[in-house]
Amino acid sequence: MDLLNAIVALLNFVIIPATAYGAQLALGALGVTMIYGILRFSNFAHGDTMAFGTMVTVLMTWALQGWGVSIAPLPTALLALPVGIVVTAALLLGTDRVVYRFYRARKAKPVVLVIVSMGVMFIMNGLVRFIIGPDDQRFADGARFVINAREFKQWSGLDEGLALRTSQAITIVTAVIVVALLFWFLMRTRTGKSMRAFSDNEDLALLSGINPDRVVTITWMIVAALATVAGVLYGLDKSFKPFTYFQLLLPIFASAIVGGLGSPVGAIAGGFLIAFSEVTVTYAFKKVAGYLLPEALEPEGLLQLLSTDYKFAVSFAILIIVLLVRPTGLFRGKAV
Amino acid sequence: MTPAIKNTALFALVFGLILATGFLQSWNVALGILNMGLISAIMALGVNMQWGYAGLFNVGVMGFVALGGLGVVITSMAPVGEAWAAGGLRVIVALLTGAGTIAAAILAWKRLKRHRGLAVTAILVVGFFVYRWLFDPAVAAIEAVNPAREGYLGGLGLPVLLGWVVGGLLAAGAAWIVGKVALGLRSDYLAIATLGIAEIIIAVLKNEDWLSRGVKNVIGIPRPVPYEIDLQNDPGFVERAQAWGLDPVTFSSIAVKLAYAGLFVVVLLALVWLAELALNSPWGRMMRAIRDNEIAAEAMGKDVTLRHLQIFIIGSAVCGLAGAMMTTLDGQLTPGSYQPLRFTFLIWVMVIVGGSGNNWGAVLGGFLVWFLWVEVEPLGRLLMELVTAPMPEGFWLKDHLLESAAHMRLLTMGVILLLVLRFSPRGLIPER
Repeated sequence: MDLLNAIVALLNFVIIPATAYGAQLALGALGVTMIYGILRFSNFAHGDTMAFGTMVTVLMTWALQGWGVSIAPLPTALLALPVGIVVTAALLLGTDRVVYRFYRARKAKPVVLVIVSMGVMFIMNGLVRFIIGPDDQRFADGARFVINAREFKQWSGLDEGLALRTSQAITIVTAVIVVALLFWFLMRTRTGKSMRAFSDNEDLALLSGINPDRVVTITWMIVAALATVAGVLYGLDKSFKPFTYFQLLLPIFASAIVGGLGSPVGAIAGGFLIAFSEVTVTYAFKKVAGYLLPEALEPEGLLQLLSTDYKFAVSFAILIIVLLVRPTGLFRGKAV
Repeated sequence: MTPAIKNTALFALVFGLILATGFLQSWNVALGILNMGLISAIMALGVNMQWGYAGLFNVGVMGFVALGGLGVVITSMAPVGEAWAAGGLRVIVALLTGAGTIAAAILAWKRLKRHRGLAVTAILVVGFFVYRWLFDPAVAAIEAVNPAREGYLGGLGLPVLLGWVVGGLLAAGAAWIVGKVALGLRSDYLAIATLGIAEIIIAVLKNEDWLSRGVKNVIGIPRPVPYEIDLQNDPGFVERAQAWGLDPVTFSSIAVKLAYAGLFVVVLLALVWLAELALNSPWGRMMRAIRDNEIAAEAMGKDVTLRHLQIFIIGSAVCGLAGAMMTTLDGQLTPGSYQPLRFTFLIWVMVIVGGSGNNWGAVLGGFLVWFLWVEVEPLGRLLMELVTAPMPEGFWLKDHLLESAAHMRLLTMGVILLLVLRFSPRGLIPER
């Protein structure tokens, strides 16, 4: 019984939240890694792209709620998501046309593009704060729980409750669908194959008649979709605050680098690795240990390795370890 | 127009803008811009050393600036005797244990041939628990000492100007650790590593109350210049103010700001002089050679990684010094106020706009961008008032636009950065 309780506690406080967070990070890291693989620079504006996409979705959600449209028990934001993706894609394509294309045509060094993306980051950040303000916004509606802790306790007769929030379930399901679609697109379609060819060897791809403008356009559109989906899922799960999204840049980049920059599979693995380590290291294991250990050995402290305020330190430490031991990342990215 | 005339004109323009602020707004605002402009110029100098001389991409400026501020606190604040008695020694032993653990782990990794992964893990795990066992009770004891006013160890009670040196040294120490790990990897990785270390430093300052009082802030840091109130009570000072036909209260705050400006100018000029000497010495030429072609420089027998580490530490120390000066100017350390956009990326805008690779360019960028950062807000509000003037009173869009005018500055900075990168990529004062 104690063992079951311990497992449920672990599921409830570690495994489910970490899986949801990992899925969000993986989607973010996929966007970063796609830009790195095809446009060949680290996009510092990615966190703010996520914030922008989420902002459009939030505004659309409010409009839908105002019109009385609802798909309860699912959150209305899912209905608003396509609008967010389209507007974000338009913004990214516009940015590419006005800003990035000039440097691409001149074959500027990657670090120049990184600095350019810093400028784009400022503008997007300002835009989001200008339109929706710097404050916390809640936009989740519909049913809150798929599995309710109290009902679970009654049903199972355990002391420990298990809760699965709707946002967590939606995150995991959506992430699976999006990743499956992305891999199907990259592996099976002609356009996807041409994108992979372009990422592997630009000269050879150009030689075989692949249209680089088309590849770049489609990349930005996919990145817009990934960023918006990641941002909205994160916002549903926690809440939407522009500055938090800016700070997500660090774990997202850590995920992409740990997995191997430019490798989509790596981005997903990296996302989950970072998320699970963050949650495990900052979780207080007192409860779990209390069930597993005999009473005499019961720990006095919280058994928390690091306070949650230091979660950045976890992504950072993993990043450093991987860089030292295996600089190309777990899945051999393009970076050398 | 020769470059010398153009550069002088650019500097004259920026100081003209600050003077105009003095005449149009107030001298207090103008001197405020001048003082923070001087500090920004020093930060930009530090980043310019790393980026302009050596091509190192440091986006952790915020962390080094904040460490400089911590340097001032631990040097100049009065020690809290009770807190030291409660757990000071134990905290220091704990920190040494932590550092020793890491050193032992690194040593084991380097020396051992077999099972080194296992050995390193064992050392780290055991060391961590010993550290926590030593550390946690001591921290609890220290933070319990008069938490409303103290609750931290305090400083050493030394003169505040010494804190500027300590601030620089702290930043240099942190830079040594980051550089040891992340230099020699590709530039994007250094960027992410510095971004991470900056966030961690801020997290430490926010949460380690025993060290920096965390978000409760350290206030009342001693000043290297007189207090306004003392000047106002000084009959000689009041007499002089009246002789010049000035209100003693206004004049005292202007006098204090001018005193700070004098101190900062001395530091800035000394740094520029040293930086110019270094840049034009064989060492500076070597640095630029490494930046322009690492492989060729390596073939000439230059130790690229070591040189990168050197310049990374020097540049970060300059940022730390600027951070210490800023904390002294503010008279308080507020860990909650460090934001990456303001303290990392804005400095980058300064360097790029001013001209990377040129010390005078960085200084100019520091003044100009700081001026814009301050002045865009009132200008933005003015613009919004113009735009919204035809809209009816109480219209939602009007209220929203007026309310959001404060966020114009981020947008403006982004636009400026992109325009400079596009049309004048070498900055206002290009590298010679």
